[in-house]
Amino acid sequence: MGKVLMKGNEVIAEAAVHAGCKYFFGYPITPQSELVAYMARRLPEVGGLFLQAESEVAAINMVYGAAGTGVRVMTSSSSPGFSLKQEGISYLVGAELPALIVNVVRGGPGLGNIQPAQSDYFQVTKGGGHGDYHTPVLAPSTLQEIIDLTEAAFDIADRYRTPVILLGDGMLGQMMEPVEFKELSEREPEQKEWATTGTRGDGKPRIISSLELNADALEKRNELLQKKFALIKQNESRYETFETEDADYIVTAYGTAARIAMNAINKVRKDGLKIGMIRPITLWPFPEQPFIETRDRVKGYLSVEMSAGQMVEDVRLAVEGRAPVSFFGRTGGVVPTQEEIYDQIIKLAGGVEV
Amino acid sequence: MIMKTVFEKTSGLTDNQTHYCPGCTHGIIHRMVGEVLEEMGILEDTVGVASVGCSVLSYEYFNCDMTQAAHGRAPAVATGIKRVLPDRFVFTYQGDGDLASIGIAEAVHAAARGENITVIFVNNAIYGMTGGQMAPTTLVGQKTATTPFGRDGSIQGLPIRVSEMLSTLDGTAYIERVSTHDVPNILKAKKAIRKAFETQKQGLGFSMVEVLSSCPTNWGLDPNESLDWIKDNMVPAYPLGVYKDAQKGDVR
Repeated sequence: MGKVLMKGNEVIAEAAVHAGCKYFFGYPITPQSELVAYMARRLPEVGGLFLQAESEVAAINMVYGAAGTGVRVMTSSSSPGFSLKQEGISYLVGAELPALIVNVVRGGPGLGNIQPAQSDYFQVTKGGGHGDYHTPVLAPSTLQEIIDLTEAAFDIADRYRTPVILLGDGMLGQMMEPVEFKELSEREPEQKEWATTGTRGDGKPRIISSLELNADALEKRNELLQKKFALIKQNESRYETFETEDADYIVTAYGTAARIAMNAINKVRKDGLKIGMIRPITLWPFPEQPFIETRDRVKGYLSVEMSAGQMVEDVRLAVEGRAPVSFFGRTGGVVPTQEEIYDQIIKLAGGVEV
Repeated sequence: MIMKTVFEKTSGLTDNQTHYCPGCTHGIIHRMVGEVLEEMGILEDTVGVASVGCSVLSYEYFNCDMTQAAHGRAPAVATGIKRVLPDRFVFTYQGDGDLASIGIAEAVHAAARGENITVIFVNNAIYGMTGGQMAPTTLVGQKTATTPFGRDGSIQGLPIRVSEMLSTLDGTAYIERVSTHDVPNILKAKKAIRKAFETQKQGLGFSMVEVLSSCPTNWGLDPNESLDWIKDNMVPAYPLGVYKDAQKGDVR
């Protein structure tokens, strides 16, 4: 198909169409509104449906209804709007319905601003809504990677009957890069025997519900969900490493922060310091393996985030105290510069002649 | 002796025993909806949406595919279903706390969009499931757990008349308020429910039947007194009748 220059938010939308998503229910919020607008124009072209809801709460509940019919369906939002969707996400998990929810993160808390941030890490990885649950979270760091991860997100959602979150930030949403899509293939929609589409001679009515009034029965349901989460943890953990084999120190970062950190690492490497990188691609399940493999031989880790320090907690859990873990982050929508990260790495590694 | 069947349970309902309190009219309203679905021959093409509140378990009672929605969100959930499956019948079954309070935005906007769904709105002027607190439909002067001295409009606000309000929206196609306090009114209620589903069948847009219903437990009345209370107190505050009929032009 060749490369096209596209904006991040539009890449997510087109990637979803490529993944066979024909239904979008959303509500505009900066910095992800282009995604909503793109879907409004694009979905009718592929025989799909776009509907602007009256609120984020309504949008996620429309997704819940549509997901119950067995189709690929999605919504998108940004931080304050994503908070409102947490109600519906908890219900999607409880009723075991697949859907894609995009969060293009901006600065908070509260109304915050519309600059890029990673300060929603806790709310996307630790459940966020009520009840004991997790949702898989995929965090691309380039626009090309968005294409692969959007499709992967829908596949994971269908495989495990779970909502999946695609986590970007204002930078990824607003930036433009050349990307290449595969040819649009006509996917046959998967038949889902649990879907509520009218019994139509199938016999017994199907029920989609997250309600279980009996405590013992609800505990059993929770145990089944936990088994599912364990399976996802076992099968779906994704990450990328860069020169960790000989590294004295390892920087870890995801999404936009990882791109910038990578440039800083390249510069430090030229200065002769052995610095590696671990880039989590799934934030839940958090990729523990590369930390387990390196934690007994490195001098330390540095978690770089566009937050006050959220992922660093998972890094510490993975490292289990076997090496020091330090943190550098900017908040409020401030994007750390390559130079800042470079300086942090130098400080950590004990300095070089520069 | 030859036994002859003179009355049968509708196939629109399952064999499950309902959990509703004695004297509550949810059972009657369930039966009417089930009978309409059966009589129209659309049970197998219907997806119902259960709400939160006393009718939270209604997915156990209707003999069709059912989805359980979060508090107040049933019209949004129904929108999602209907937009994917426009040729199926989609209905929500909601109480007054669910529809008129926490879910008022979802109800108003589904109506404004003219979603081709049917809403069965059960109004008993009180929160039942949570233990008899004030609803948006609680009458002025009515005592509830959270209006122990009677609802005072200057403090707790005034009741919302949902049928009147939604009938002002262009997206609504059929809106009628009915009651369950005696047999003639129950018969009228069933006709209204049938009319609402017929409206959906014709693709005319949003239809809603508001059904005045009793709550003996939380009203502190016996079942017979409760029916009188509907007639004497609710009907004057919530006048019965057709508020909107797109086929006939506005009725009121």
